[in-house]
Amino acid sequence: MTTTDAPQAAPPPSGKRRIGDVVFAGLARSSGILILLILAGVAAFLIVQAWPSLSANTANFLTTMEWDANVRENPAFGVAALAFGTVLAATIALVLATPVAIGIALFIVYYAPRKLASLLGYLVDLLAAIPSVVYGLWGIGFLAPQLVSVFEGLSRYLGWIPLFAGPPSPSGRTILTAGVVLAVMILPIITAMSRDVFHQVPQGHREAALAMGATRWEMIRLAVLPFGKSGIVGGAMLGMGRALGETMAVAMILSPSLMVSWNLLQSGNQTIAGHIALQYPEATGYGVSALIAAGLVLFAITLIVNMAARYVVARGNKEA
Amino acid sequence: MAKRIDVSGLHVYYGDFMAVEDVSMTIEPRSVTAFIGSSGCGKSTFLRALNRMHEVTPGARADGKVLLDDLDIYGPDVDPVMVRGEIGMVFQKANPFPTMSIYDNVIAGAKLNNSRMSKSEADDLVEESLRGANLWEEVKDRLNKPGSGLSGGQQQRLCIARATAVKPSVLLMDEPCSALDPISTLAIEDLIHKMKEDYTIVIVTHNMQQAARVSDRTAFFNLSAPGKPGKLIEMGETNQMFTRPDKQETENYITGRFG
Repeated sequence: MTTTDAPQAAPPPSGKRRIGDVVFAGLARSSGILILLILAGVAAFLIVQAWPSLSANTANFLTTMEWDANVRENPAFGVAALAFGTVLAATIALVLATPVAIGIALFIVYYAPRKLASLLGYLVDLLAAIPSVVYGLWGIGFLAPQLVSVFEGLSRYLGWIPLFAGPPSPSGRTILTAGVVLAVMILPIITAMSRDVFHQVPQGHREAALAMGATRWEMIRLAVLPFGKSGIVGGAMLGMGRALGETMAVAMILSPSLMVSWNLLQSGNQTIAGHIALQYPEATGYGVSALIAAGLVLFAITLIVNMAARYVVARGNKEA
Repeated sequence: MAKRIDVSGLHVYYGDFMAVEDVSMTIEPRSVTAFIGSSGCGKSTFLRALNRMHEVTPGARADGKVLLDDLDIYGPDVDPVMVRGEIGMVFQKANPFPTMSIYDNVIAGAKLNNSRMSKSEADDLVEESLRGANLWEEVKDRLNKPGSGLSGGQQQRLCIARATAVKPSVLLMDEPCSALDPISTLAIEDLIHKMKEDYTIVIVTHNMQQAARVSDRTAFFNLSAPGKPGKLIEMGETNQMFTRPDKQETENYITGRFG
């Protein structure tokens, strides 16, 4: 019976293509091309718009710290202090967030009872849904004043480390505070990536460790962390990409000044994104073009970090 | 080194479902005991209950008594981690740690208990374990290469070396050859023959020729009905089990009338 019905359902002769396939392939292909066009368009916009100020700049753009761009002639500005602040804030965030994120992910996957695990996973994802302006308000209104006494303690006991030399800022609105806020903001990304890769550890590897008398922690050390390494690094890099570009929270917390300081307890450092947000409303003359040039640098830094993340993840996948 | 296992009245459950019902048996030291039976009859579950590996599966629990010589492995003060150090396990799919070298794979378990092992002690243990697993000659020139670069059969022997480096008294093998070609299978069977001088070996296998070749005693498991728990039908000397078993059910299975 089925054989007599078959001709109706049989595929069309080879060479002829179904209209649905053609349309879908076309849509998918144009979406793919669109993303390339957008990326190229953004890059072209940044370069074209930044060019007037860069060509008129009387100072070295990459090494100068001052920002004297709001003039009609002979602007002198550079991105050095801003790039330093940007990378510093993102690095602080990464250093603080990564161990906590790994801890949360391990707890969710290997320690927590199932119900608590799904609740925790949900809560961590919720952190990602909080708008960054709310993080900024939390940073100024709550975290900064609370951290002042912590900073005092740090400078008293660890002041011999240049990072904590002090005297601490009385407002608490320093690059370290910004780093702490950024750490909370990137926690969900790193946790989610680590959690996913921990879930993928083959049961065989975990049982191999347990079967030779490993405790749970030893099983994690032998089987889970080596397997998850590339995922953790990839998650951390993606988190860093987010921290580099984060604007609102940082602009609210940091005061508008331009310094290069390793002292985390004093105000003075600023990030590219924060600087653009604070300066843009008052920019005149070459100001806007110069800010766009700073944006171009941020774009480049973020692109490099993301490509590095891709590379690490891809290399890890090949090994496993 | 090898120890006897005495099981009495062991039931294993997954949640509310009873997977293995009331098994009692004695597993002799310095011998090979084979578990045979159709898929899903509980023999692997029972095997995992012998070193408390079933506890890794959420909801699994066992009820009854398992004595390793005089030690009740389900006793209230007994740590499953210690039990698994005494009763090692080799799995169906060879599972060397992919990021570790051959050397580090062998030493991984032993290092857990003795992290301050000297370099020469470690070298000796690696060589001894690999020789014990009939793998030394094949890998001695590439000990620092990743274990995942070996062939399937070599990987399985690497896993056996890794399990024996912990110095267990019993080795449980859960279908260790089911993913291997006949030559590699033969290598593992030779190895099992050699190892029974030092260990108590229990092997789960679907291959009845293999059970007949390697084991001294054979236990036949079966389901009383589909959806019902698995049971031990009978256990005896392998020769006798394969020539004149006591139960008709065993004879049906062995002669291929079902399963």
